[in-house]
Amino acid sequence: MTTLLYDGSFDGLFTAVFEVFEYRYKDVEIASRERFHQENIFAVIHEVITQPDKSERVLNKLEQNIGKEGVNKLLKVFLSEDPDLENLILSAVKQSVKHPEKNILENFADSDVLKISKICKSVDRERHRMTAFVRFEKMQDGVFFSKIDPDFNVLPLIRKHFYNRYQDQKWMIYDLRRNYGLLYDLATCDFFYPDEKIDINNYQQKFHDEEKSYQVLWQRYFTKTNIVERKNMKLHIQHVPKRYWKYLTEKW
Amino acid sequence: MNFDRLKEKLEILADAAKYDVSCSSSGSTRKNKKGALGDSSASGICHTYTEDGRCVSLLKILLTNHCIYDCAYCVSRSSNDIKRAAFTVEEVVDLTINFYRRNYIEGLFLSSGIFKNADTTMERLVRIAKKLRLEENFNGYIHLKSIPGASDDLMQEAALYADRLSVNIEIPTESGLKLLAPEKNRKDMISPMRYIQKGIVQYQDEKKILKKVPKFAPAGQSTQMIVGATNENDLQIIKVADHFYKNFNLKRVYYSGYVPVLEDQRLPSLTTEVPMLRENRLYQSDWLMRFYGFKAEEILDPNVPFLDLEVDPKLSWALRNLHQFPINLQTAEYQLILRIPGIGVKTAQKIVSARRFQILTMDHLKKLGAAVNRAKYFIDFNAGNAYLKYLTDKNFRKLLIGGSSSKFHNQFSQQLSLF
Ligand code: SF4
Repeated sequence: MTTLLYDGSFDGLFTAVFEVFEYRYKDVEIASRERFHQENIFAVIHEVITQPDKSERVLNKLEQNIGKEGVNKLLKVFLSEDPDLENLILSAVKQSVKHPEKNILENFADSDVLKISKICKSVDRERHRMTAFVRFEKMQDGVFFSKIDPDFNVLPLIRKHFYNRYQDQKWMIYDLRRNYGLLYDLATCDFFYPDEKIDINNYQQKFHDEEKSYQVLWQRYFTKTNIVERKNMKLHIQHVPKRYWKYLTEKW
Repeated sequence: MNFDRLKEKLEILADAAKYDVSCSSSGSTRKNKKGALGDSSASGICHTYTEDGRCVSLLKILLTNHCIYDCAYCVSRSSNDIKRAAFTVEEVVDLTINFYRRNYIEGLFLSSGIFKNADTTMERLVRIAKKLRLEENFNGYIHLKSIPGASDDLMQEAALYADRLSVNIEIPTESGLKLLAPEKNRKDMISPMRYIQKGIVQYQDEKKILKKVPKFAPAGQSTQMIVGATNENDLQIIKVADHFYKNFNLKRVYYSGYVPVLEDQRLPSLTTEVPMLRENRLYQSDWLMRFYGFKAEEILDPNVPFLDLEVDPKLSWALRNLHQFPINLQTAEYQLILRIPGIGVKTAQKIVSARRFQILTMDHLKKLGAAVNRAKYFIDFNAGNAYLKYLTDKNFRKLLIGGSSSKFHNQFSQQLSLF
């Protein structure tokens, strides 16, 4: 058994995949250095050095076989942070190399493909929920700020959505759990990685003067638009699971 | 801006608008222009859900709840003794923009009581949409409720700035409308719809020839019917919906179970329950017509003009048409697979794609997301299916309901995922 250790990046992972073929490893697994705990003491360790040209070659090949959309699915598997993500991706690449003429991601009867499709569904759902549940709060400096804490690492998947939507205001979305964010400053829209966690104590004191008023208006709207005669909390919670409530201005 | 007064108005005018269910924001793409605000995508986004489980996608308010009419089913009716309020044009624009900037909403759904006459009211609604588009550079979603009897010119302008227009026909039958809203007439309600429909067709023709034609109600029209305020049956309702889909190219028909809020001898008493299960069944039927290729006539048996409350309309159809089953998963056309109870659109698509790779079994079916507890009785696999013996059983219906009814009983809403 050989274990390929990579640096946890997307390019690193696909460099590792490349090397599985390069060195013709048969009995192999890929693990990120950070999350790797040696359980199999007989495993031979192979350290992967990330090389974008190698990863690009795999990705280009994949794109020919399974299309942009297929590659996108594998990206979602990567962002899912699923403990098994490396080996699912490896399995998909292996299958695709074996059957280049077919889109192997449509073979839902294969258990790895089915798992990939399930993960994509969960990630998509989280992505969609983030487009819905992000709540911006206007700060004193005019930036619309939002903090999120999604179960999957979906920030890269929502960048375009918010970029298209908010072009005439500065905004920032910050992932509390992963400690990085997206910033749009009226010109560019890029990721940023602060050295320290952003301090969100006394955060409300930095609100723009009008912020509280609009929050109250939204809360009143939310209350008044409910039809008491039809109240159905079970359904409500099904749609807005409690773990999201902390994002939501209307759930103050 | 006087915040306390604005808050009070918002409370009154959101409360008065809440019974309108046609609030989805889907079906329009209005790309953001460089440096502007907003972008509508075709799928729409629900930003939150009310405690009754309905999606909140748009700021849904009335411009005013003053009304010169006295429709029996409406809380804003003139004889109802309630607090009245009216927004200014600026207030509506300001709320929309500020809610949108905070990602609370996809846009605005604006409706109104009729405060003087149809045109004055409609003109005010149009002014708001126009200001949002032209002065605020807003590309989010705008849905205007057209006022029955509004003139063609105003409808024309409304369609230039709004994504969707709707006229609620409210009561499915003409006689019902006469009884509950004697001052309104169906012709006034339908003529703006006819005008918009013609405009949309013309827009699509022009677009084929010219590149740049201003958008004209790109998300189309919708309407709403109140269910259970008068005594029409489901067959009548479905037929009306079908008529609108076919002849007016309507995008959506919404069904709103009547919530008894007013005392009136012409209406069901205040203690009547909201017909939520019935409403849910109507939505399910509507889905069958729009996504499953069912014809209106197939959904209900004319001898029993009400939808079965015990089983969903697709299962109900299957039970009346047992001779059409079993359907072979490996070979049947997609359209037929869609008719199998327990199999939805997505699962049907997956089946058609997976079967090219291998012979499917019950196990695969489960994994592909079918509700196997229902589907298993209606399917033939190339390897055979032991459950098929029940299909001809006299007590088949009982057997099925025993296995699936509990799920439907207390959880009903138009937004349940269906089938
Ligand atoms: S015209 Fe409209 S707002 Fe006025 S009472 Fe009738 S339904 Fe209500």
